[in-house]
Amino acid sequence: MISEGWCVVLELIVISTLNGVLFGMLLFLMASGLTVIFSMLGVLNFAHASFYMLGAFFGFQISRWVGFWPALFIAPLLAGALGAAVERFGLRRVHRNGHVAELLFTFGLAFAIEEIVQIIWGKSPVDFRIPASLDFPAFRIFSTNYPAYKMFMLLVSIAIFVGLLVVLKKSRVGLIVQAALTHPHMVGHLGHNVGRIFMLVFGVGTALAAVAGVIAGPALVTQSNMAALLGPILFVVVVVGGLGSLPGAFVASLLIGLVQTFAVSMNGSLAGAFGPLGPDYAQTWLSDIWGVTVAQVAPIMPYVLLVLILIFRPMGLLGTRET
Amino acid sequence: MTELASSVAPPNPALSERLKFYGIWIAVALLLLVLPKIFGSGGALTTFSLIGISIIFSLSYNILLGQTGLLSFGHAVYYGLGGFLVIHAINIIGANKLPIPLPVVPLVGGLTGLFFAALLGWVSTQRSGTAFAMISLGVAELIASSALILRTFFGGEAGISANRTKLFRLFDWSFGPQIQIYYLVAAWTLLAIIAMYALTRTPLGRMCNAVRDNPERVQFVGYDPHVIRYLAFCFAGFFAGVAGALAAINFEIANSAYLGAVQSGTVLFSTYIGGVGYFIGPIVGAIFVTALSLSLSDLTSVWQLYFGLFFIAVVTFAPGGITGLLMMHRPLLRGGTLGKVLPSYLIALIPTLALVAGLILAIESIVHHTVNPGDDPNIKAFGMSFNASSPITWIIALFLIVGGFVVARETWRRLARAWDDALTVAHERGYHA
Amino acid sequence: MTAPAIEIKDVQKSFGNISIIRDLNLSVAQGERHALIGPNGAGKSTTFNLISGYIKPTSGTVTLRGEEISGLPPYQINRRGLSRSFQVTNVFANMSVWENLRCAVLWTDGHHYSFWKNIDNLKQVRDRTAQVLSDIGLTARRDVPAGLLTYAEQRALEIGITIAGGADVILLDEPTAGMSHAETERAVSLIRRLTEGRTLVIVEHDMSVVFGLADRISVLVYGHIIATGTPEQIRSDPKVKEAYLGEEAA
Repeated sequence: MISEGWCVVLELIVISTLNGVLFGMLLFLMASGLTVIFSMLGVLNFAHASFYMLGAFFGFQISRWVGFWPALFIAPLLAGALGAAVERFGLRRVHRNGHVAELLFTFGLAFAIEEIVQIIWGKSPVDFRIPASLDFPAFRIFSTNYPAYKMFMLLVSIAIFVGLLVVLKKSRVGLIVQAALTHPHMVGHLGHNVGRIFMLVFGVGTALAAVAGVIAGPALVTQSNMAALLGPILFVVVVVGGLGSLPGAFVASLLIGLVQTFAVSMNGSLAGAFGPLGPDYAQTWLSDIWGVTVAQVAPIMPYVLLVLILIFRPMGLLGTRET
Repeated sequence: MTELASSVAPPNPALSERLKFYGIWIAVALLLLVLPKIFGSGGALTTFSLIGISIIFSLSYNILLGQTGLLSFGHAVYYGLGGFLVIHAINIIGANKLPIPLPVVPLVGGLTGLFFAALLGWVSTQRSGTAFAMISLGVAELIASSALILRTFFGGEAGISANRTKLFRLFDWSFGPQIQIYYLVAAWTLLAIIAMYALTRTPLGRMCNAVRDNPERVQFVGYDPHVIRYLAFCFAGFFAGVAGALAAINFEIANSAYLGAVQSGTVLFSTYIGGVGYFIGPIVGAIFVTALSLSLSDLTSVWQLYFGLFFIAVVTFAPGGITGLLMMHRPLLRGGTLGKVLPSYLIALIPTLALVAGLILAIESIVHHTVNPGDDPNIKAFGMSFNASSPITWIIALFLIVGGFVVARETWRRLARAWDDALTVAHERGYHA
Repeated sequence: MTAPAIEIKDVQKSFGNISIIRDLNLSVAQGERHALIGPNGAGKSTTFNLISGYIKPTSGTVTLRGEEISGLPPYQINRRGLSRSFQVTNVFANMSVWENLRCAVLWTDGHHYSFWKNIDNLKQVRDRTAQVLSDIGLTARRDVPAGLLTYAEQRALEIGITIAGGADVILLDEPTAGMSHAETERAVSLIRRLTEGRTLVIVEHDMSVVFGLADRISVLVYGHIIATGTPEQIRSDPKVKEAYLGEEAA
């Protein structure tokens, strides 16, 4: 017989693993596009998380008009088209001003998109609901009902992941992308259609981020600060994985997804482990550190991981490139 | 050898040049001294103080971006920590009645910035380029989030405050009135500008430029680019700390916004808009952006959007910033061909202004319908009055945008041609810069 | 007998499974002018990269005047008196010719990372920079940004940066590549003058340059040295004729 306590621990582990993998897969949906864009165009798209946010808000608006399922397809297409336009009419122009200007262009874009979203949808969260057809518990582990919508999210991200793998391995564009990942300097020699490939890659990359936005919107909070909250974590993922490494981004996405989810579910603190501090220290900064729970530290875990990786593996987990 | 140097090396500046050089500094000092006599209102003094702080902060940022080629998204960390430590320092000094006057307290902020830059800089500057940019962002998030956890030290959302007037007094200055704070900020600003300018004239300063241009080659003339980046990072941290300290003294409070992404973004905007290619660029940018953000917020409720769009326009069309744009005209001015392009400028200005007006009209109308749909549709923005619901407004906006864009594109092409001609003539006359 | 300026012993370099350099052995005496020749892709630039610390050998050792330098970062090797140029011009593009040369002088002159000295007041640095500037014949172009120089001028600056620090072992990677006949002649006399009394290792495709300049020549084929000797010995070596000169004749 398993005792009651073990049941609780087991339940926590199973649920956190599921949630962690789910969060990781969502991160990878975005990190994969970001990595491919970086490898081919040489620019880290600072506004990538903004397209994730646009996906969520487009999804919200369109699902109000025509329902969730059409929105799931239309919103990413719209965001992707917007992304392609940004590449064609913005980035391509800025390219001649150098990489710093390109990165700053996307930085300014992220800033402007947040403002525009605030103007249109306001600063408070919008009411983006889980579609009724998926609003039921999928299964029950011990005492927790696991929502069907989360399983749906997981399935969608895994389906896209598999789809991406197939495209990368089998299609002509996929081969070009693969070549760009391993030999970034050769991208310039692709021929006269290089501009169209760049536009396509940027469009698809931002559309993937938007897919993540549409499916995450109802489960998380759809709000104008969601890009600013997620963006830095996304960049941690690509640096920890190794800039320009797709397998690295995958490993780092799952790692950060799991680390953060597990940390959130834990309530331990130094005070809990070693007992409260003496009254002499009750009002000092030491008591802050002593009393803080693992769950409260969860938001900084990705950044702690980043610093550790930088100390021990400056190139990232699977990275090989200098810049 | 020395004879060779005197004939081959750049000549030492003539006495008149040197007098001019020192004259500029003295003129700046005098200007700072008499400025409050001309604009004496409390609002003006506050604005000047904010500009001074922003100048130090932006110049410190340009040690990274313009001098060393390091794009940081987290420079506010050193500004903010400097500010927090100074508030604590003021409280400690005040409580223990230590004989330390307020004017030297910004040094605490500088040393704090230096300390944390020295601590966090070594891992951050291992890489340059995009990786450095992302690392600076991650480190900034780490510090900003930690600040919210360590509530006793950072005071949580509300922040911590201090009373700057309770310190040891020199010459009976209490530093209560804004005018005294203005002079404090002005003195530190002048000192910081001189120090940062001097830094660019040292072997380290020159090697920073070399690392910016070509970190690979630097290794083959005996230098470790990582060490150069690290030292530049430490200097930038020090001066950012001084700026943060002055901000904390000015507001008598430090809160989590000091450390945050918005503050880091603002210094990046100021520096880049001013121009990273010249020493004076960030000074111009700090003045311009501070003044712009203060005045734009009076004109429209969505000034941050305009600000973002303006920044995108600078990155796209004028990567040298305001200073770069002005300096482009130097050869034309000296070659006497500036007059040839002025008419083209004036012609291009009209459709460009029409395009901008159309955009403003459209943005303000949309804002009216999304942000306050119930209000009176007759609104006013940038001094223009119009009815946001009227189809006429929409038609005019559309016409201005489309028409302005088409015509502006043509006039800018003409301007570019006129410009090339004028520059060629200037080059022929021997003026390259 | 003094230690050789450069000695490469059993060096291997492989990227993944592909070995670029196999059993490389080379000894260059102090004061010698040594040319490294071989067909494209033989590993000449890789050899320079291995010596100068740009890449690390998979196995084997490189010594500089008897001291092991393999595995050291480039800047430490440079500080020990070895300087190299690049096949693709590698200068500080936004800085003036004067500033380019001055940067190359600073470390050897002992100024390191100093941030308390006014660079314009450093007399020795000034003299040394002026000397190099006039040596490479770019006096008239002193204040022009390096990125705006003509190709031949950039190549001259490249050599200037390489020798400015006063290193006594100089590696030049195809210094005359892409130059006209007249420019090549000027460059060769420049190199001859500037490397007087120093050790020179040069990678070069132009055979007239090689045979005119070098005391000894090594022939590198597929990452392996197949012959080393005086120009006469190399000319008459059947292995060289077969592997290299023969190939070019065919």
